[in-house]
Amino acid sequence: MIYWEIFLAFFIPGILGYGGGPASIPLVENEVVDRYGWMTTQEFSEVLALGNSLPGPIATKMAGYIGYAEGGILGAGVALFATIAPSLILMIVLLGLIMKYKDSPRVKKMSTLVRPTIAVLLGVMTWGFFADAIEATGTVQTVVLAAISFVLLERFKVHPAFVIAGALVYGAVFLG
Amino acid sequence: MAKNKQGGLFMGFFRVGIFGFGGGPSSIPLVHKEVVEHYKWMSDEEFSDVLALGNAMPGPIATKMAGYIGYRVGGVLGMINAVFATTFPSVVAMIVMLMALNAYRDVAWVNGMSQAVVPVVGVMLAVLTWDFVKKSKSALGWGSAVALILGSFVLLEMAGLHPALLILGILLYALIFGGKRGAKA
Repeated sequence: MIYWEIFLAFFIPGILGYGGGPASIPLVENEVVDRYGWMTTQEFSEVLALGNSLPGPIATKMAGYIGYAEGGILGAGVALFATIAPSLILMIVLLGLIMKYKDSPRVKKMSTLVRPTIAVLLGVMTWGFFADAIEATGTVQTVVLAAISFVLLERFKVHPAFVIAGALVYGAVFLG
Repeated sequence: MAKNKQGGLFMGFFRVGIFGFGGGPSSIPLVHKEVVEHYKWMSDEEFSDVLALGNAMPGPIATKMAGYIGYRVGGVLGMINAVFATTFPSVVAMIVMLMALNAYRDVAWVNGMSQAVVPVVGVMLAVLTWDFVKKSKSALGWGSAVALILGSFVLLEMAGLHPALLILGILLYALIFGGKRGAKA
């Protein structure tokens, strides 16, 4: 039963996550937090933060960990399979077909039209993260942390792993 | 020779998995380096076709590329091998680190650590969101992009529609009607 739920929870983001792993983040959150209630938004944000600071594809890191937390080793295997297999099989099977039509306006239009919806999903999630942060640590800390990490990430192009490591140290020292 | 290929697939995609910080898309240049430059399994043109195709299909990009290239180079075993090498090291690291974090959840400084990280993730998501908005605008123009964003927002947040249904609907629409109006893409 739990394995079937784990399969469904990752099959849906795997098959609908257009635009690579990051596009499936809000879909995973929808299943894991809203539908199955396996995690709170706070816990999910920790998984996402740590996932972003480790190397490797983000979608499979989240699937592997959440699957493991809910269903042990087998759960991790089921979640990874559900994330990877459908889109991979589709890719291999449909390769010849789409290769033939890869310049087709229909195929291009599919990814173009889906982007605004993904932007909304990501935007709503962004808002959720800031609302949580303000509730847990207060407006001032949230704004200061967000502003500093924005400048480091976007202006100075510091690697996310270092910014997250810095935030962890800051939190341990000043928010503990 | 077959064994050699499998060994190459494992090493090539292991390096991709372990050095690709920032999620699947950031590992694309690493895959290119291994597949085109180091092992010469594909030409530049073939690689960009695989990437374009991968981007037009759903699901994580890193595993789609690893799986497909592994399949091309070493059959079904090569596919499993490449996907395993890409995902396994980072999943194990993730499980070990989060388990350690959970064991000390109630300690004050660990609690502070997880609080301080939330705004940082917020910023990363905001940047990613803006990226999608900009790409929508350059492909559709401001008018259509904003209309689609507002429409999606109303359907998802106010009407409570499941994202899967909305995405499927849009994809079907593009498949059926995209041929007529999609010339500018």
